[in-house]
Order: sequence, then structure tokens, then C-alpha cells
Amino acid sequence: MTQDNRLSGGQIDRTKTLNFKFDNRSYSAHPGDTLASALLANGVRLMGRSFKYHRPRGVLTAGSEEPNALVELRTGNRQEPNTRVTTVEMFEGLEAHSQNRWPSLKFDALAINDRFSTFLTAGFYYKTFMWPAAFWEKLYEPMIRRAAGLGSLSMQEDPDEYDKGFRHCDLLIIGAGPAGLMAALTAGRAGSEVILADEDFALGGRLNSETFSLNDGDATEWVKQSVAELSAMPNVRLMPRTTVIGAFDHGIYGAVERTGDHLASLPSGKPRQILWRIYAKRALLCAGATERPIAFENNDRPGIMLASALRTYANRFATTAAQRVAIFTNNDDGHRTAADLHAKGIRIAAVVDVRDDAPTSHDYEVLRGAQVRDTKGRLGLTFVEVELADGSSRTLDCGALGVSGGWNPNVHLTCHQRGRPAWNDDLAAFVPGADLPPGLSVAGAANGVMSTHGALQSGAEGAAQALGLKGPLPDLPKAEDTPISQTPFWYVQGCSRAWLDQQNDVTVKDVKLSHQEGFRSVEHLKRYTTLGMATDQGKTSNMGGLAIMAELAGKSIPETGTTIFRPPYTPVPIATFAGRMKGKEFHPTRLTPSHYWAKERGAVFVEVGNWLRAQWFPLPSETHWRESVDREVRQTRASVGVCDCTTLGKIDVQGADAADFLNRVYCNGFAKLAVGKTRYGLMLREDGIAMDDGTAARLAEDHFVVTTTTANAVKVYQHMEFVRQCLFPDMDVQLISTTEAWAQYAVAGPNSRKLLQKIVDPEFDISNEGFPFMACGNITVCGGLRARLFRISFSGELAFEIAVPSRYGDALMRRLMQEGEEFDVVPYGTEALGVMRIEKGHAAGNELNGTTTALNLGMGRMVSKNKDSIGSILSEREGLNEPGALMMVGIKPVNAGDKVTAGGHLMDATGPVDAAHDQGYVTSAAFSPSLDSHIGLGFLKNGGTRQGEKMRLVSPVTDLTVEVEIVSAHFVDPEGERLRA
Amino acid sequence: MIIHHPLLGPRDSSEFVYLGDASLINRPDWQAEDATEAFYDYAYLRDNPAGEHRELWFHEGGDRSWLVVTRNTATHEISKVELARDVARAQGRSK
Repeated sequence: MTQDNRLSGGQIDRTKTLNFKFDNRSYSAHPGDTLASALLANGVRLMGRSFKYHRPRGVLTAGSEEPNALVELRTGNRQEPNTRVTTVEMFEGLEAHSQNRWPSLKFDALAINDRFSTFLTAGFYYKTFMWPAAFWEKLYEPMIRRAAGLGSLSMQEDPDEYDKGFRHCDLLIIGAGPAGLMAALTAGRAGSEVILADEDFALGGRLNSETFSLNDGDATEWVKQSVAELSAMPNVRLMPRTTVIGAFDHGIYGAVERTGDHLASLPSGKPRQILWRIYAKRALLCAGATERPIAFENNDRPGIMLASALRTYANRFATTAAQRVAIFTNNDDGHRTAADLHAKGIRIAAVVDVRDDAPTSHDYEVLRGAQVRDTKGRLGLTFVEVELADGSSRTLDCGALGVSGGWNPNVHLTCHQRGRPAWNDDLAAFVPGADLPPGLSVAGAANGVMSTHGALQSGAEGAAQALGLKGPLPDLPKAEDTPISQTPFWYVQGCSRAWLDQQNDVTVKDVKLSHQEGFRSVEHLKRYTTLGMATDQGKTSNMGGLAIMAELAGKSIPETGTTIFRPPYTPVPIATFAGRMKGKEFHPTRLTPSHYWAKERGAVFVEVGNWLRAQWFPLPSETHWRESVDREVRQTRASVGVCDCTTLGKIDVQGADAADFLNRVYCNGFAKLAVGKTRYGLMLREDGIAMDDGTAARLAEDHFVVTTTTANAVKVYQHMEFVRQCLFPDMDVQLISTTEAWAQYAVAGPNSRKLLQKIVDPEFDISNEGFPFMACGNITVCGGLRARLFRISFSGELAFEIAVPSRYGDALMRRLMQEGEEFDVVPYGTEALGVMRIEKGHAAGNELNGTTTALNLGMGRMVSKNKDSIGSILSEREGLNEPGALMMVGIKPVNAGDKVTAGGHLMDATGPVDAAHDQGYVTSAAFSPSLDSHIGLGFLKNGGTRQGEKMRLVSPVTDLTVEVEIVSAHFVDPEGERLRA
Repeated sequence: MIIHHPLLGPRDSSEFVYLGDASLINRPDWQAEDATEAFYDYAYLRDNPAGEHRELWFHEGGDRSWLVVTRNTATHEISKVELARDVARAQGRSK
């Protein structure tokens, strides 16, 4: 294809040609083009369909504020919906597709919606799809979602990398137009650390789009020199293709750098985008201004765009939307577009200016006091109907119409900490208010300073003030200093299907309807009509809607108010926020030292927090997990089993006051625990509810090792530090988490001692007399390897826990298996561990569930009344100690073979089954190979006195009713004889 | 947010874990006549001002200090950062 609408000049590299495809047709472009400028150069005005009415649409703007021309960029798993063609930098082989149309962009079946527009006005969904209620979810919503959509997702995983980074500076300059460049020169020459960020790939801002001269030379030359000077400064970092998306607390700014979006393919290992967190001592917002349109009938046809955008396409990109162009304006800037286009050889059909005193031109016709009434052209503009000052009408033949309604300063970032912009009558626009984010100041057009000279000067001054620079400002290049001349004009009277928000298809009529129906506050207007709620956040539409609402309410615009701007300034892909934190990087896996040994044994693993723990170890002959678990339990209880319990939290407590400290954090006493002994400890929260349990082993007078449950390790450590630092600051005690320093294994079963005796060095006596139940001590194993041995039991068997430095964990496990062969040793996983602790009646996470007290757990008497401990006072509250309180019990089915189900509720044997008659609930359940029956643990009202009672276990959700008997929670060895063997 | 740690200088708030009202330092005397009432107030009653607030933050991703941060909840302005241990001592807490 030839580039028919290519003009002379511009900042494109004509020596190179790039090929691209739009809707499967091939076109050519040059480096320096955007997808928008390349499409226009190739004579393509129609680029998309609108959201609701499926109206044909083209580009409205030449920047990131674009509401209309959204495409699906790239293909396959890199497909990216809703990409603004105005921000896509051209690369070789680019492929894009129009969206929200079927079967094709030129013939879209759903354009029928436009015929029914009378019914599709604001609040249409709320009014129409009311009954029957069930239809909303099943029929209406899916239907609407299909019809009113934007781009589609590829539904494939994004193959690219995204990254995050941190940067620091004295001054962050946001925007590299005249104000930003001058600010950077001022700060950079003074030696400050400067970051200059701009969303565009070319620095220079508006100067790239104008034909101004600076210092009697081309403005773009000054830009080049300035950028070259800044690039050479080691203290200045230039960040093109970087959008500052938000101003956050304490001088922290979010910025998205598009490092790879402009490349046909990413070099390996390079991220596609980087989310920067910039810590700036000061920041200067030089974000410029955005031109605003005027609303008139059928103002959304392809070819109708902002006048400044037409100027940008002509001057910077050397292209035009059409060879004959008209301008509709309320200010002098619109005439600048006409003059620039005329100079490029474009025919100006006329300049339609609403002002009676508009400037005139020798080069083209100016229609003073005239307004655009309507437009024609189904898939692109063909004619413009103008009402002249005398009331007569005139038809202009043109393929593009540039509209200029004045300029809005880009105040967005100034509002990110709930600052409100202030109204400026001269500009008829909002400018930054007084309550800016701390450390942020504003310069140039963003601050309402619209001339080039003003921008340069305020940029230099802004940088000097922000940094407290003394001495004269640098010399400013000579530049135009034209005053603003405009008459506020928002919409043509009498229009109705005149678009304000083109992305969400909101018209003047919708705003009027909203007012009529009582949705008059700006926030209501926004939500009722969806004005400004699309991905462009109403950058080109909010002001128009506000002005109409103000007029209808008989108030001024500032009295009507403005909505809050929130981050991000422009849309950010979710992938960029995620960065590398996806999959396992987001949720890392913790492996115990003997993980690979367990893997070799064919263990099935379960995630416990971030840990992977062996759940059971199936044998090749076993087909069901229960077979494996039952075998592991039987073999452990018959001989010996080994279980990896490294994941338990371990906290080292040392200091002269260590025992006193544990006395405060555990509800039971620790002061009198002898050296070489271990004790079970229950921690309460200050409100008297059980928090966690574990053991504390006293290795020396001033040294304890505390264990926590796997799940609560982090929280318990935090809590203990709180108690130490905030409550008892003078205690001589130090804490450190040693969870990862020790690999720890439970060796359980009647032969556990015999097995350990084979590896514990002979000088350590671990006989029942030498190392009785609850003993602990430092030992050595395997000929000198330091280890810790605890005689504690979770299974109810004669059992030990042995800990060695982490790096010996794998070796120890293999050694235990090898030495245990003669005892038929079995490794067991978390399932068998769980079965055995239920058989023994030990509470675990299911019972310590954040609602239960020591009393509920059957440990009421453990709470010492003779000392100060966290939670002891409030555990005595009446409400927690009422007669009939829940008590932990054991549950057995009456009919052998029936299952006990965790989560089921206990009801009396007869009577109603409802919440009012609820007697308790089951927290843990398992099949017990030792009893050859299903069993459970649970909480029952008055549970301590109800043993032997027959009840019903019900689960109305799963339609379950089982007859059960209440029994002791200690199913196995209630006297504890095995423990002490 | 940036928290100026008294020992470690400016640190990003993402290194910290938030607990809440620094009144949690004022744990009542367990042997007082009105201990139950006092503990009830201590455990359940908190100020939640829109404005200046003294809060406990834990430097979990750092030196594991508990800090008392005086922060305006409406503007996020931080006016003071102290080691909680110093605050506790100043309030007469000891062992």
C-alpha cells in the first residue's frame, strides 16, 4: 500500500520502511510513527467500533488520552486488548486487529444497537432488565457482556517477563516538554540527582508537534541539544517511554517503563515492562495539558478529532487524516492548526469559530460566529453542516474536522492524595489546587501556564525552588508568549446525540436525562451515565459533562465540582503490577532438608503454608491413600516410625529472665521447670482465647527452645517479641527464630529407643531411667555430630524428637531408615501423624481454631492463677466460663462402619435438628486403624459429663445423619503407659 | 510510606507489619482490684482517630524492632518514630 496521506517533513525516518498489518491487510510505515499515524498515512480513518452503539470510530487524539481507537495488538499469547493506537510505537511486523465488531469492522451486525439508541440511554440496564430476578445472572448479563465489550483476552499465559525496580532522586520531573526539559537543565547543571520521565518515546512534549521557533531556530533543534546535554550528565537519568502513574505517600511515585513494547521481539531475559518505585525528595509535575472537544450532533465520526491532534499528526508524523480539513474552535489555538495544515499543503475547507470577533486569515476562510450543527459520512466524515452567524446553513466538504474547545491542564497527579483542583476563569479550566501531595510542585501548562515562554520559565523556576537553588536561573531560549484568547463553549445548543465520552458512549442527552432523573451530584452523574468511567478516565470528556450539568443546575462549574482523579494515570497491565511475583515466585515453596529423600521414597506431598510436607509414603502395591496411612499408623504403633517435623516453628529463648519470660507468654508455669526437662505449653491471646501450643525445653538455666505449630510460627514469634519489647522491656531475654537451623524428626513407637540407641553416641544414656519421659538434652550422634534430643510424644507412643543442624537432616533420615531396617521402621507423613494424634486426643489446629479457650480444650486447670500471664485475666470472664461450656470430647459411631465427619454438628438423639438445638460440633475426624473404626474429636456442651451418651451427628448440607456415642478423647492408651515405657 | 527507623534510618513501609493502637503497651496490672475491667478496656477498646494516631509497627523484614509510629491517618504524615521499648520504659514498664 502507498502512504497516500503522507506529508513532507516530520520526525520520521524515511530511510527505513516498516511493514505492519491491521485487520490482516498489509501497510507500510516508518520508524518514528505510531500505529495511529501510520494508519492515517495509509488513509485508514476507521479503526474501531464504539462500546455500546457499535458506532464506527477513528482516532480522536494523538496521545495517551485516546478514548476511541483501541485495538488488539499482537497475536497469540502476546495479544493485548484495548491498546490505544496513539501510544503504540511502530515496529517491523506489527499486527493489530480491530475489536468489538462482528463480522467485520466495516459491517458490524451489532451496529443495530445504534438504531435502538432511544432505549439504550443512561440507566437503561437498571430500568429494563429488572424481572424476573433470576434472568439477570443467567441471561441478561452474559448477553450484555457479549454485546457491549472491548477487546478480548487471549486466555493464554503471557510469555513475557515483567520486572520491578527502585530508584532514588533529588528531583523527579514528570513530563519532558518545554517546562520539564528546562527544569531538568536547571537541576542537572546544579548537580542534583534528577530523573526526567516522559510517557512518549520522543522527549520534547508539545515542542515536537509545533512549528515554533526557539532562539530563532527550530524548537525540535533545541529539544535535541537539550536532550544531548542532559544525556551527558551523570547525575541525570532520562526515562522515555515511562509513565508516572501515581503520586503516593512520602514522595514515592509509581512509574511504568515500557522497555520492550516497541520491539518486534524481546531480547532474551529482558523485561517487557518495569514498574518503578521512585523515591523522590521533590517532584515537579510538567505533564502539560490536554485539548478538549466540543459536543455537537454526530461528533464521533472517524475523521473528527482534536485540532491539536491533527497538528501533531501533520508536524511530527508528517501525515493527515484527509486532504480537505475543516476546523471548529472557540479559541485562537484552533487557528494555529489551520495555519500549520495550510503550510503543509492541506486544503482548509473553513475555520468555524463560535466567536464573532475571531481572527481572520488570507489563506483560508474563517466563518465567524458559526457553529457545527451536524456531520455526515457512515464510515468516515464526508460533510460538515455549519450554521452561520446569520442563521443560514452551509455544507463543508471535508474528510477531517479538527475540534478545539480549549485546553485542560493535566492536574491528575496533583489529586492523587485527595487534593482538589481550583477553577481558573481565564482558561475556563481546572488548575492544580493548593493541597498538593507533599513535595510536589507544578510547572508549565499543567499549572495553567500555556505559552512556551511561560513553560520554560516556570520549569526553570520550579526546579530552582524545589531544590532551593541560589543564584540566577539559566538563560531561557527566546520563545512565543502568546496570551490565551478563547470564549468558553462546551456544546452546540439543541444537540442530543452529541458524544461527550466516546469510550463509554455517553452523550449530551444522557447527561440531561441524568439531571432530569435526579442524579445531579457529579459523583452520581458519573455512576449513572458512566461518564468518565472508561479506561481513559474521562480525560477528554469530564469537563464537557460537568459544564452541561452546571448549566442545567444553574450553577457555575466550580460549584458543580469535579470528580477525584485516582492512580493509575493511564491503564497498567496486571502483569506489570505482578512483575516477577507470579506462580512460585509469588508463593515460594519451603522444602525441608530431607525433602529429596522423601521424594525418592515416592512421598505424596501437601502444602502447609509455604512448606511442602510428606503426606504419606505409598508402596507400589497400594492403590488407595488409606492403605498407606493405615499401614504407617499400625507399623509405628507396633514397632517404630519416623516423621519429619522440621516445619514446626522453633524459637530460641535465652537470658537470665528466660524462664520468667516464658511464664508470661504461656498460661501454665515454667519457672520451676528443671534443666533437662521439657514441658507442654499453651499460649493464650490477651482475650483469653487459645493462640498456639507447643513445647519448651530447658537446655540450661538461661536457655530454652520453644516450638510452635507450623502455621503459627511467624505470628508467635512476632507476639513474643511484642511481649518482650513492649510489655517487659527490662527483662534480660533474647529471642531468635531457629526454625531453619535445625532438621527435626519424630521417632515414635515401642522400638524407637532401640533404634536411636544405634546412632546416639554411647556416652549418652537414653534409657528410661537416664532419659525419662519429657527429658531433653544436648547429645551427639553418629560419632560426634551435635544434636538435640527431646523425649516428647505427639503419637502417644514411646517417642523422641531428634534435631540435627539442617545440613545433616537428609543424612540422618537415611541413617535412621538404614539402622531401622531390623525393626521394620516406617516413614510416616502428616496423615498418619494426624490419625495418631486424634487417637491420642491431642488438640491441634482444628481445635485451636481462634474460638476456643483452655477450658474448652480440657486444659482449664492449666491456666495458672498465681502469676501474670497473657490472657489469664480475661480467660476468667463469665461468658467463657458459663456452665454448659463446650468441652473437647471423643466421638465414635454407634454402628461399626459409619463415618464421623468433621464439620458435622451434634444433636440430641431425639428432637429437632436446628441451630437452637445445636449441642456442639466435630473438629477432627479420621479412620483409626488401632480401633478399626472411624473416630472424631469435637466440642460438646457440658462435654465433660456426657460420656456414654448417644447423639446424632448431622450435616444438613450434605444430608448426613449418623448415630454416635460420646467417649473420652483419649482413644488410645488413656493412662499414658506407653509414653513412659 | 517511608518510616524513619530510629536505628536504621528511612525504610519502606513494606518492610513492616502493622499492629495498631500503641495503647497496647499500657497493659494493666493483673493484681489490681479492677483488673478484669481494666483488661477488658485494654483488649477491646481502641481509638480510631481520623488524624494523629500512635501506632505499633513491627520491623519484620528488618531488625525485628517494635516501633511506635505517630502518624496522621488522614494524611499519612509521620511526625515521630520511637522504639517501642523506649516508650514502654518511659511509661514505667520494666519486668
